[in-house]
Amino acid sequence: MSARSRLLVCAAVLGTLHLSVACGGFLAPYDPAAQDREHPYAPPMRPHFVDTQGQIHLRPFFYAQALRTGSFEEYAENRATAIPVKFFVSGAPYRVLGLLPLRVHLFGGGVPIFLLGSDAYGRDLLSRVLFGGQVSLLAGLIGAGLTLSIGLCIGAVAGFWGGWKDEVLMRVAELFLALPWIYLLFAMRAFLPLTVPPLQAFLLVVMVLGAVGWARPARIVRGIVLSAKERDFVRAARGFGASDAYLLRRHILPQTASVVLTQAAILVPHFVLAEMTLSFLGLGVPEPVASWGNMLAALQHYNVLVSYWWMYLPALVMVPFFLGYLVLASLLHGSYGTSKIE
Amino acid sequence: MSGASAITRFLLRRLAHAAFLLFGVSVLAFFFSTFAPGNYFDDMRLNPQISAEQLTALRADYQLDRPMPVRYIRWAGAVLHGDLGLSFAYNTPVGPLLWARARNTLLLTGTAAVLVWMLALPLGVWSAEKLGRPADVALSWATAVLLIIPDLALALGLLVLAVRSGWLPTGGMVSVGSDGFSAAHRVRDVAWHMVLPVAVLVASALPVLLRHVRAAMAEALQAPFLRAAEGQGISRRRLLLRYALPAAAHPLIALFGFSVGTLLSGSLLVEVVMSWPGLGPFLLEAILARDLYVVIGAVLLSTLFLVAGNFVADLLLYWADPRIRAEASRR
Repeated sequence: MSARSRLLVCAAVLGTLHLSVACGGFLAPYDPAAQDREHPYAPPMRPHFVDTQGQIHLRPFFYAQALRTGSFEEYAENRATAIPVKFFVSGAPYRVLGLLPLRVHLFGGGVPIFLLGSDAYGRDLLSRVLFGGQVSLLAGLIGAGLTLSIGLCIGAVAGFWGGWKDEVLMRVAELFLALPWIYLLFAMRAFLPLTVPPLQAFLLVVMVLGAVGWARPARIVRGIVLSAKERDFVRAARGFGASDAYLLRRHILPQTASVVLTQAAILVPHFVLAEMTLSFLGLGVPEPVASWGNMLAALQHYNVLVSYWWMYLPALVMVPFFLGYLVLASLLHGSYGTSKIE
Repeated sequence: MSGASAITRFLLRRLAHAAFLLFGVSVLAFFFSTFAPGNYFDDMRLNPQISAEQLTALRADYQLDRPMPVRYIRWAGAVLHGDLGLSFAYNTPVGPLLWARARNTLLLTGTAAVLVWMLALPLGVWSAEKLGRPADVALSWATAVLLIIPDLALALGLLVLAVRSGWLPTGGMVSVGSDGFSAAHRVRDVAWHMVLPVAVLVASALPVLLRHVRAAMAEALQAPFLRAAEGQGISRRRLLLRYALPAAAHPLIALFGFSVGTLLSGSLLVEVVMSWPGLGPFLLEAILARDLYVVIGAVLLSTLFLVAGNFVADLLLYWADPRIRAEASRR
């Protein structure tokens, strides 16, 4: 496979992963906040194809789960009645990409179906993972976009105009790099309101993410701009009377594109993880809104850690995403032939 | 004598830079803290037993009613005397409180740093030596797997394993009743508790370091002078360790400072997950309580550690790289 087609395959796989999270409302059988107090900590349900008589069904079916009598946590399958899965059922309303209101879900059934189990309030983990992914991934994507825009602007100003502007901006960048970055993240978060409604909390997290990461991209961009502005064709364009703004827009910033793309592929998973860390520690997106981080917060309780292994599943969800971004970053890095700058 | 004065000048310049970083971070932290909505005493307003006058007096006691620059100057003056201000929540000086936690964090990150470099260097050299052969490919895959598993998942996963198997302690730093242990027993006890957090830190920092060591060594091995040395019939081991490694040292030493930062960052999360009594849980608690000076102190202390790590890296560079020595003596 050529480098280009490998890049396309990788981008397509990543795109599919993101699309499935973006269309989480359709794939998820339930509303992420809907509680089912009859089924707390229900273990993942297995789709069956062979019934008790040994007959094979093409349409998978489930057995209803219920708490064993006299038990608070042990579930048993009721094998008496098989409940076939229904596809394209009408259920809880949701919006696709926050716009298109719909009610149709990929699957559903006569009983609550918990493919990945349920949490303490009987909320479906699959639904929460999908909706939580929207929050976490969006935070990572917007945060990375914000950070790269800031880094690009500062790097361009410092590299292009140089002088005292360069000196001041790069000294400030050094300050931001002087802190271990999670401490920087926490320091930023520490000075913002603590208890806020979910939407505001989300915006806060995105803002903090955007503000902490700009120093490294800014330094890289500065390095490229510094060398780019001395290239012959740029000097020629200046000789023909091109303005600074034109030079930057037309000749210099395009040269940073490959590095900015590579940085984006590195930063997005980094920031998704940062959002998860903040939410995991109770400084990010609060309940009842799901995020990959606050779903894992339940694992801080010893009994959850010991008894309910499926509560750990959200931690593994982002592994394919991380893999995708890692491959993308290395492909971008290789295909543009960019050497390590800085 | 010029050699001695060159290194003195080099050291002074690096120290001045470190001081500038610490000063800058402290100013930034104070600057941002003035934007922070609310303070430690806000919750007390809801308490009917505390009157408005008492609150004002409390705020005055802690000088929260002064403007920011005044507070900063007073605080900075105190810091120069080794006093980091008062904790609102503990009502004691921040310094000793922080130090008790920072020791534990240093123990954790220091051990992890030593271990991770002890693993990354030989493995990276070995991998570069076997470049492209099955052993190298297998190692690359292993590092890729470690790289895509996030620290959080790794920490929680190991914790689940520890809890289920019961082989390792699942949190904290000492066993119950460790006060009665003998000194040797206590050391063993702490070491036993360190296994899990250190394992997570090593596993999260190792892949990046390993890749860099491998890349730097592979590049050094391509150099013409090494080909020539090979032609001279110098043994492979001597070639690798005596010639290639010093040639690859510069980027690796620069990486040392970076690895300190990674380990400190990773340590914060690991400490909270594994309830290790370090800076991480303390900082988190202080943030939630709006304990201003503790937050600033913890942030500054983490900066100090990272700056110190970079300083050590600078020293090593000076020792290892003749170019830097030459540049330093020319200035």
